[in-house]
Amino acid sequence: MQALIEIERLNLFYGSFHALKNISMDIPEKAITAFIGPSGCGKSTLLRSLNRMNDMIPGTSTHGSIKIAGADIYGKDIDVEALRKNVGMVFQQPNPFPKSIYDNVAYGPRLHGITSRHKLDEIVESSLRGAALWNEVKDHLKRSALSLSGGQQQRLCIARALAVEPDVLLMDEATSALDPISTLKIEELAQELKAKYTIVMVTHNMHQAARVSNQTVFFLNGEVVEYAETEKLFSNPQDQRTEDYISGRFG
Amino acid sequence: MIKRRELDQGLGDMQRLLVEMGRRVERALTESMDALKSLDVLEARRIIASDSELNAMEMQITEIGAKLMATQQPVAKDLRNILAGLKISSDLERMGDLAVDIAKVVLRLEGQQLIKPLIDLPKLAEMVCSMISGSVRSYLEQNVDLAYKLDKDDHEVDALYSQILSELFAMMAKDPAVISQSMLLCFVGRYIERIGDHATNIGESTVYLVTGKRPDLNT
Repeated sequence: MQALIEIERLNLFYGSFHALKNISMDIPEKAITAFIGPSGCGKSTLLRSLNRMNDMIPGTSTHGSIKIAGADIYGKDIDVEALRKNVGMVFQQPNPFPKSIYDNVAYGPRLHGITSRHKLDEIVESSLRGAALWNEVKDHLKRSALSLSGGQQQRLCIARALAVEPDVLLMDEATSALDPISTLKIEELAQELKAKYTIVMVTHNMHQAARVSNQTVFFLNGEVVEYAETEKLFSNPQDQRTEDYISGRFG
Repeated sequence: MIKRRELDQGLGDMQRLLVEMGRRVERALTESMDALKSLDVLEARRIIASDSELNAMEMQITEIGAKLMATQQPVAKDLRNILAGLKISSDLERMGDLAVDIAKVVLRLEGQQLIKPLIDLPKLAEMVCSMISGSVRSYLEQNVDLAYKLDKDDHEVDALYSQILSELFAMMAKDPAVISQSMLLCFVGRYIERIGDHATNIGESTVYLVTGKRPDLNT
């Protein structure tokens, strides 16, 4: 598989705390890559590095390089806004804007200059379809997004991310606040989305990583311990620390 | 996160049952060969009847495995442990069936005299008995070297088995009156040799459990 994201010798500090230590890895395109590991292992930090969300945390310094489709996202010429359009993110808590369902999805495209009502209608429908939410909301697009259930809100957030046509979708524990049925829907959705998008997910639920992802990366203390095909990592991990973590011997 | 206590307890139960099954299979083979040597029909019937216990133990192991997979979502070595355990239990169950097949030969020989004193067949059975205990030990101790040794043992078993066949075929050629009993003794050889093959399967399961690789020890 072709690598879309290439991380090379990435080191990240929060002040004096060395949060990511010399990370190098390739993340293949149109596949799901899961990051697992105990709290504080660096998995979310690395995820947030992929669209420079860490820039917002004062005292953060990043060294090394991350290339997405060949372009160094920490390079001088990079347009961070364009980067975040290209690398969408879904968070643990669904965070729809206090606006209508329609306006939530149309928000990004409008921000990027699309004003044609017809064009916006098209984007809203295709994004909501892409996020497997269209059939549930098509008859009340004007309703407040906050009237939706948690699982629907999370799919709305995915639709909102899709509306600006990203290449990469980051999911930061995107189902940990959802019930099992909503979780299953998001997992199935992720499986469908990987045909078009490169998905990187952080999950505390190892079984979710096992169910959903193509590759799994196990982090510990800011380092990558093991990176393997998911099936291999969960049936025959090569590092004892991976074995201990996934079999519940620590963490 | 996995509740290790239940998982560890289930794996421990599986292991104890497997070791007990191994012990019983070994005994069933030894006893069926003794029954054959003395053409003891009563003993043969007892052996046949006691096979149901082995079947029940296999079922028990399957249930434990299914329960652990359903409730504990095991991964890595825990998962391989369960998969290996299930496979080993079905090998042991088949080995028990083959010991029963030997006992059934005793029933078919009721009222006959043996055409020759049995020497090589009991020797073959002894070799296979030690393969059974070796295979179960390889699993219990997670000893890959012991598992690989079974491949070598199996070659020796195969060699003696084909020697037994040649001898019996020669007897049949000389005297057609012994054909029916010779055929039954050929079958006994075949049953014992098959038990040896299942023992190498157990060795393969051990290697899978320990290394995650699937070797072929039945070459």
